[in-house]
Amino acid sequence: MNSFTDYIIPLLTVGVLVYAAIKRVDVFDAFCDGAAEGLKTCVDILPALVLLLVCIGMFRASGAVETLTAFLKPICAAVGFPSEAMTLVILRPFSGSGAMAVYNEIAASTGADSFAERVAAVLIGSSETTFYTIAVYFSAVKVKKTRYAVPAALTADLTAWIVCGAVVFMFFGG
Amino acid sequence: MKILLIVIPVVSLIFALVNGRISEMSAGILDKSGEAVELVISLCGIMCFWCGIMRVAERAGLMEKLAKLLKPIVNFLFKSTKNNAKATALITANLAANILGLGNASTPLGITAMRELSNGSDSASDDMILLAVMNTASLQIIPTTAAALRAANGVSKPLDILPCVWIVSVYAAAIAIISAKVMGKLSRKRDRNE
Repeated sequence: MNSFTDYIIPLLTVGVLVYAAIKRVDVFDAFCDGAAEGLKTCVDILPALVLLLVCIGMFRASGAVETLTAFLKPICAAVGFPSEAMTLVILRPFSGSGAMAVYNEIAASTGADSFAERVAAVLIGSSETTFYTIAVYFSAVKVKKTRYAVPAALTADLTAWIVCGAVVFMFFGG
Repeated sequence: MKILLIVIPVVSLIFALVNGRISEMSAGILDKSGEAVELVISLCGIMCFWCGIMRVAERAGLMEKLAKLLKPIVNFLFKSTKNNAKATALITANLAANILGLGNASTPLGITAMRELSNGSDSASDDMILLAVMNTASLQIIPTTAAALRAANGVSKPLDILPCVWIVSVYAAAIAIISAKVMGKLSRKRDRNE
């Protein structure tokens, strides 16, 4: 399935190394120089990341996602969105593995190719673990004031489910 | 961010008490500290590798070539990259890796791009926010994780959702970019009025 993308990294690696050698770059020296900086970045990221991931973990463990979902069920029923998939909408920004577990539950209970299963799969395929991404990216630059980063990212995440439900309905029916 | 770091734990504690999940929360705190270390360790090898390869590419003059390729689009979206070929190239490479689904490559490139955009301030610039927000929208052509999950659950054509995923991804990315731009403008206006 991924035969095309499997070629990219090997070809890119060999291509860069050969091209640099032709240009008479000291490849070994340059690589080690860059790699050392990569290592330093990783060490820099860790302290902030521990705090941010603990916050995410506390929220996930508190059951707040489930409470919120129960609260939003009437809205789902009103617009014809599968309420099982609403848990996924709320959980997805916090937890990648949690989202996969919820997908598996939905697929097992409603069956393959059901409306809820397709909506859940599209949600997973078209979104990222938003809070992880923001935590990792801003830990790297030691930024304390992220200003409007979280609101902007969540505006996209928390409106995409409406489009998701509508698009799956258009293509496959309810 | 400072407010969130207080609000999230307090809200979590209240929910945990109401839902009777205080023991899960206790375990969650300890688990996540360990998970942060695991995440950094799993990132460390590829981070070193890609930063090494990018440095080789930079010294060979490949970064300028890459930067030229998508320069109009990247410079249009990221205002501070006009005279910064390295940042332009890193952002281009980060977005390209996202689209191709090379998650392992896109994160180190994105982090390096963030550091290139940084001027040492503790406040995020508009371009940093835009880059982070674009990375929270999943722009990949083939949603491999979703396809694998569907196949594992007995779906006969896991990729029949492709057009739907594309539409929702493009919608989410567009909304992410537009809301970042609008919120950036609003926050500048507010700063001026103060």
